[in-house]
Amino acid sequence: MAEIQIPAVLEGKELVRSVRTPARMEFLYTAGVATTRFLTGISEGKILGERAPGGKVYVPSRGADPQLGVPTTEPVELPHVGTLVSFCVVNVAFYGQGMEIPYTSGLILLDGSDLPLMHLIQECPVDDVRIGMRVEAVWVEAHELAPNLESIRYFRPNGEPDVVVTQPGAGVTW
Amino acid sequence: MPKELVAVVGVGQTKHQATRGDVSMAGLVREAATRALADAEMTWSDIDAVVVGKAPDFFEGVMMPELYLADALGATGKPLFRVHTAGSVGGSTAIVAAQLVQAGIHQRVLTVAFEKQSESEAMWALSMPIPFQPPLHAGAGGYFAPHIRSYMARSNAPDHIGILVALKDRLNALKNPYAHLHEPDISFDSIKDSMMLWDPIRYAETCPSSDGACAMVLASEAVADRSTKPVAWVKGTAMRSEPTMSADRDPVLPRGGSDCAADVYQQAGITDPRRQVDCVEMYVPFSWFEPMWLENLHFAPSGEGWKYVEDGVTGLDGDLPVNMSGGVLSSNPIGASGMLRFAEVALQVRGMAGDHQVPDARTAVGHAYGGGSQFFSMWVVGADKP
Repeated sequence: MAEIQIPAVLEGKELVRSVRTPARMEFLYTAGVATTRFLTGISEGKILGERAPGGKVYVPSRGADPQLGVPTTEPVELPHVGTLVSFCVVNVAFYGQGMEIPYTSGLILLDGSDLPLMHLIQECPVDDVRIGMRVEAVWVEAHELAPNLESIRYFRPNGEPDVVVTQPGAGVTW
Repeated sequence: MPKELVAVVGVGQTKHQATRGDVSMAGLVREAATRALADAEMTWSDIDAVVVGKAPDFFEGVMMPELYLADALGATGKPLFRVHTAGSVGGSTAIVAAQLVQAGIHQRVLTVAFEKQSESEAMWALSMPIPFQPPLHAGAGGYFAPHIRSYMARSNAPDHIGILVALKDRLNALKNPYAHLHEPDISFDSIKDSMMLWDPIRYAETCPSSDGACAMVLASEAVADRSTKPVAWVKGTAMRSEPTMSADRDPVLPRGGSDCAADVYQQAGITDPRRQVDCVEMYVPFSWFEPMWLENLHFAPSGEGWKYVEDGVTGLDGDLPVNMSGGVLSSNPIGASGMLRFAEVALQVRGMAGDHQVPDARTAVGHAYGGGSQFFSMWVVGADKP
């Protein structure tokens, strides 16, 4: 510790070495054209992806295929089922979360899409969660639908047999 | 036009710890910079320009801190640059500093990177609510854990590999007086029994939160030739980035990392990194990233990085020592973490790494990554003038 010279008048006083000043940030999120399409779909209980000219289906689409640098223009309504391609089991309560622990955070590749999205896996003991598990979306009640991904409460096993997962990027050559 | 030669002639760092309550941000960076100048046998007035890097400003909530730090870094009236590339920033900051010399613009550049995590809310900063993502990530660990599970699945690596990496790095840290974590009682079992935070990542396989800074003085050939100490010649530098939300992206072995390595080896004349590189500092915030990066940076064939770990190849007395300093797993002042990798390999080829010195290290590789495994920076340094 560096020594701090204290004026005589402050002798014996507790030193102020740091001050806690909580900060808060509120922001308006401008969704943009593609995310607006996706979030509007969610608020109607639909999962809308978009196909890029190269054939890849993005969900949620950010409006362009990042590899080709071209707009994703063709809307594709996706089924509410997919495959768990990887996951982690979270055992710690983090700031701002109301969820019971442990919970599973999964990378879910919806059927017909090419990029997994991250969401909660529930109605399955964490020890039974596995790569290749087939899952389906569980939505909030119709009157609770809102333009955010919390309108999908979680994904749960749908009872179909597991499938072999091609890991993301596997087989890509460059 | 050929590049000018550039060398590391001074290295300094702070003692890294959970809370450096004795110094402000300015005091922290000045401590590292003063030590780098002392090592370089220079004073503040010798420096032509200063290049600063740190993680995003909202970690500590101080906007553009480089402006407030100008006085502490002796940058008043001199060119002062700020670099932003997320977790890889410590590496890319050093590269920007090196380029100012390589371009012939400056003779002596001071570069500094830091983080004061005790004044920061990194977990909050990394878990911002975004309407098109559910709020599940639980910080960096929650993001990277599924990628580690993918690696384990596709390489058939046994579960204990992550434990071996953590044990090695924490034992190396005991030899490094600047490292944050000094845990003399650590053992395979204590790591194995530590809590599963983000299964498959255990608590003891995770980096700490640190306050710390790192600084280097980079100099031209004419200046380096006059140095009374050994210098580290920069033999190659490279940076790459890639989008995280791309369909064919491989988050386990990202193309950006592989291309970055290929580029920097080509510049340094390295055709067989496994044999021609004497030691490596790579950015390993969660233990499993060591085998993953061994593959991504072409030291091991795809799917076999974990075997190097198991065979002890990456130990301090191994054939290819990795993270001799104890690495990010033992000290993580985020913005400085990349520069600490670059600085450690400079110390190694100068023969100045103390108790964690690799005997006869002549060529060494420093590596940093950031974001969602999407930003990469690397350099190769050598004892021999190119």
